[in-house]
Amino acid sequence: MNINATLIGQLIAFMVFVWFCMKYVWPPLLAAIEERQKKIADGLEASDRAEKDLELAQQKATGQLKEAKAQAAEIIEQAKKRGSQLVDEETQRGQAEREKIIASGYAEIEAERNRAKEELRKHVAALAVAGAQQILQREIDAQAQNDIVEKLVAEL
Amino acid sequence: MASEQTTQEYIVHHLTNATMCMTDEGLQTNYGKGLEEAATVCQEAGFWVWNIDTLGWSIALGILFLWLFRKVAKSATTGVPSKTQAFVEMVVEFVNDNVRDSFHGKNNLIAPLGLTIFVWVFLMNLMDLVPVDLLPWIAGQIGAATTGVDPHHVYMKVVPTTDLNLPLALGLGVFVLILFYSIKVKGVSGFVKELTMQPFNHWSMIPINFILETVTLLARPFSLALRLFGNLYAGELIFILIATLGLWQLPLHFPWAVFHILVIVLQAFIFMMLTIVYLSLAHEDH
Repeated sequence: MNINATLIGQLIAFMVFVWFCMKYVWPPLLAAIEERQKKIADGLEASDRAEKDLELAQQKATGQLKEAKAQAAEIIEQAKKRGSQLVDEETQRGQAEREKIIASGYAEIEAERNRAKEELRKHVAALAVAGAQQILQREIDAQAQNDIVEKLVAEL
Repeated sequence: MASEQTTQEYIVHHLTNATMCMTDEGLQTNYGKGLEEAATVCQEAGFWVWNIDTLGWSIALGILFLWLFRKVAKSATTGVPSKTQAFVEMVVEFVNDNVRDSFHGKNNLIAPLGLTIFVWVFLMNLMDLVPVDLLPWIAGQIGAATTGVDPHHVYMKVVPTTDLNLPLALGLGVFVLILFYSIKVKGVSGFVKELTMQPFNHWSMIPINFILETVTLLARPFSLALRLFGNLYAGELIFILIATLGLWQLPLHFPWAVFHILVIVLQAFIFMMLTIVYLSLAHEDH
């Protein structure tokens, strides 16, 4: 265990090892470690952000749901109103139609009655004339007695 | 032709590095030589002796560390990491957090330096947990099988941090960085002022300040080196001593190894932490 030339050899070896480590070993390793640290930090930050985003989205969704419900209720309300309105209108229209039909029916019946009355009157006139002819048992100038007949008919 | 070893020979064998040197007679090693001859073979080379086991194991472990981390770094994904990547990132983040806590400045060197020291020193310390005889025994058998030498004459210390050269090299490397950044951040005048005007800010106290601060400064690399070396050398020595106890070693190795798990991680951590702190001090401008 004397101090000898080994000292110089070791000194050179030491320097070469340190130089190699500094040049080729340390930088890539530390770069990888730091890169990963950054990645992890970014990931954590992103997850935090995502969590916050999720909360916001949930809040938004709840709000939208509430709004949609309110809208739906309003629409239903409107539809109900509109429905009852339609029923009312239809009823009114039906009523009017009915009245119109009934009125026209009455008018028709009236016209028919008048026609039947006229016909009847004519028949009765002829019958009356025939009856009178038989009663008088003589020939009466129909022409001369026409005014009497007319008067008779009008009285019927 | 394996020789019987006495306990003393066993301990000395386990504490002897595989050495190599250039002498007048050419390239010499202590490979295959007896203990006395092994101790003297490189004496005339003086300083220029190479502990090839320390160099080999430490460089192999350093390459293992860089290979593993480089492999992960190349295929690092920013998505879900594989288990290896998760482990490597855990280590990197651990070092990075420590650097960020103690070092407040902008410097691209400190963190990789801390990582290299932590993992490399840890891996070298970890060799201490490999059974103390295993790798030297394998080396001895290979030596005996290939070149026919006495397996007890093949020397190999597998824990590089128990060779003072390595901790001292690390400490001196850190010391050079301390000087470099002190001068770079504070300038030469600022650095000199720091050495001479503290802790007593008066011109007459300059010599005392200089002595105090110089000792403080110089103590740093040596305290770093000796702390690591001392802990690991003592640990290794106790493993070796336990191994000489015959059957008693069986229950004793385990608790010491368990305790040592703490020591090897702690020493690697302390070395890294103090390096960061010292360099942080070097960056502070008063």
